[in-house]
Amino acid sequence: MGLSGEYLGMPVLIDDLDKDNQAFYRYCGQNELRVQECLDCRLKRLPPTSACPFCASERVQWSPVSGRGTVYSYGEVHHAIQGAFRSHVPYHLLLVELDEQKDIPNQYDGLRLQGNLAEVDGSLATSETVKRVGIGTRVKVSFKQMGDQIAMPLWVIDEDSTQPEAPWRYPIE
Amino acid sequence: MVQEINSSTEKYLRGKYSIVGVGETGYTRGSGVTTRVLGTRAVRAAVEDSGLAMSDVDGMLSYSFNDSTPSPTIAGDLGMRLNFHMDVYGGGSSIEALVGIAIGVIEAGMCKTVVIYRAMNGFSQVRIGGTGRGGQSSISGDGLFTRGIGLMSAGQMFCHTFMRHMYDYGTTPEQVASVKSIHSEHASNNPKAFYKNRVSVDDVLASRMIVKPLHLLDCCVETDNGTAIVVTSTDRAKDCKHVPAVIQAVVGRCMKPRSDMHYQSGPISTVAGHYAKDLLWPNAGVGPEDIDVTGSYDAFTFTTMLQLEDYGFCKKGEGGDYVSSGVIRLGGERPNNTSGGHLCEGYTHGINMVIENVRQLRHDVDDYCPRDANGVVQHSYDYSEGGCRQVKDVELTANLGWGTPGMGSAMVMARGT
Repeated sequence: MGLSGEYLGMPVLIDDLDKDNQAFYRYCGQNELRVQECLDCRLKRLPPTSACPFCASERVQWSPVSGRGTVYSYGEVHHAIQGAFRSHVPYHLLLVELDEQKDIPNQYDGLRLQGNLAEVDGSLATSETVKRVGIGTRVKVSFKQMGDQIAMPLWVIDEDSTQPEAPWRYPIE
Repeated sequence: MVQEINSSTEKYLRGKYSIVGVGETGYTRGSGVTTRVLGTRAVRAAVEDSGLAMSDVDGMLSYSFNDSTPSPTIAGDLGMRLNFHMDVYGGGSSIEALVGIAIGVIEAGMCKTVVIYRAMNGFSQVRIGGTGRGGQSSISGDGLFTRGIGLMSAGQMFCHTFMRHMYDYGTTPEQVASVKSIHSEHASNNPKAFYKNRVSVDDVLASRMIVKPLHLLDCCVETDNGTAIVVTSTDRAKDCKHVPAVIQAVVGRCMKPRSDMHYQSGPISTVAGHYAKDLLWPNAGVGPEDIDVTGSYDAFTFTTMLQLEDYGFCKKGEGGDYVSSGVIRLGGERPNNTSGGHLCEGYTHGINMVIENVRQLRHDVDDYCPRDANGVVQHSYDYSEGGCRQVKDVELTANLGWGTPGMGSAMVMARGT
């Protein structure tokens, strides 16, 4: 069975053959961020892939991660292309580096997940919140349900974490 | 992890093949015709430009995002019987790769001469990024990582690399905007350019924000056009009309690690040119310092800068200085995209920058300079608006094609005899 849902008014359907994405979004549906961990080289990876990008093995387990990380880079969309996002501009496309596996297997590598910045209630961030976030901001994962079984992972500012004095932002506001 | 790269192109192919014909339709927004017509006109123009007969051309290649008309139709329309053809999927970074494939199939004895085209209604039919389309179908598992988070356009896909370059190296919006400003100067001397007006760095920064760090004028102009080039052996080029552009080396769709998700593998402010350069320069037998004119793919102002930097035209991290210093301007040490490129002339996924460099190598760029009684352009080398855009004594050019931050192609050409 495919897993279906809806997000921002857009229909979602994860095909029944797509076991890797089904697993990822099912865990999200249980408010858990889990990633594939290779049973041969023990490296974790994102997003879900059919084999290990580091050793080509298909042997895998889904391991929980803390869901905490740092904004590694970002884009701030002011001109939305999709109708579902037009009422949310400006919105953040965050590239978040998880605390796990930083600089592994090589320097500058990391376990990174793209996602939108959100408010604690799971709605996309307001323009005021968007302005608070830049490279270096500490964030944590949050989930917005997309139906009974799956959820979209989103990022919220991690108020419990020590934040940089001023995260790096594009110099023109 | 730096891999040892064993270059596979044997050195004896250096100089063995040439681009002998180039052709294009106009660059418009609203061609009013099908891609079939655009492709037909571009192929005919390129073959006529070469001086070969249609019947001399027995190979055909094209690239598209399933937004074009395939080779058998174009060949049929022009009455060409082909010994080889292939239509490949892809946009940016295709053209240099296809030149390499053309060399390979000729070398394998599969055909003698190949015409390569790109025909697209890139403004009036299919816009890259799917503007305004695809809203109704369900989002798939993989699609949740893109459409699901409002990430569809090229600018949205590349923004992490661009922004991180500013963070890592202190690159400024003004430095990057100078790419558009300089290319617009070049376009003002190009009668074919879609945008011929000169714009300043301030104009770029005052244009509306699309996705930070990209203003509207940091992005290229989507247009409708057909474009084509003819590749054959340098021996056969002796029978052609123009001085050949002799191919010294090609790199095709060279990748960074994890090209699928390049941002997983760092540093993300480094692009595929970092790997491609180790194939390009040894195979060509020259280095960046020897190049007279560059054609660095300008889907965005940033892509030009990132590639020039990673191919070694300046030190890593100094791309912002390089593109704003005047080096890449007509009259500078090494002009880039003398036609105005994707930012101003028109968007073709790379092939118009190859066409421009072929004309530069012929010393026959189509600017506003007068022609003499024999039809030879009398270049003034005065690069003020509405004037010349021929670079003096061009001997070597480099094309740097961009697909994504994780994938690129390149080609070095020399002026033949």
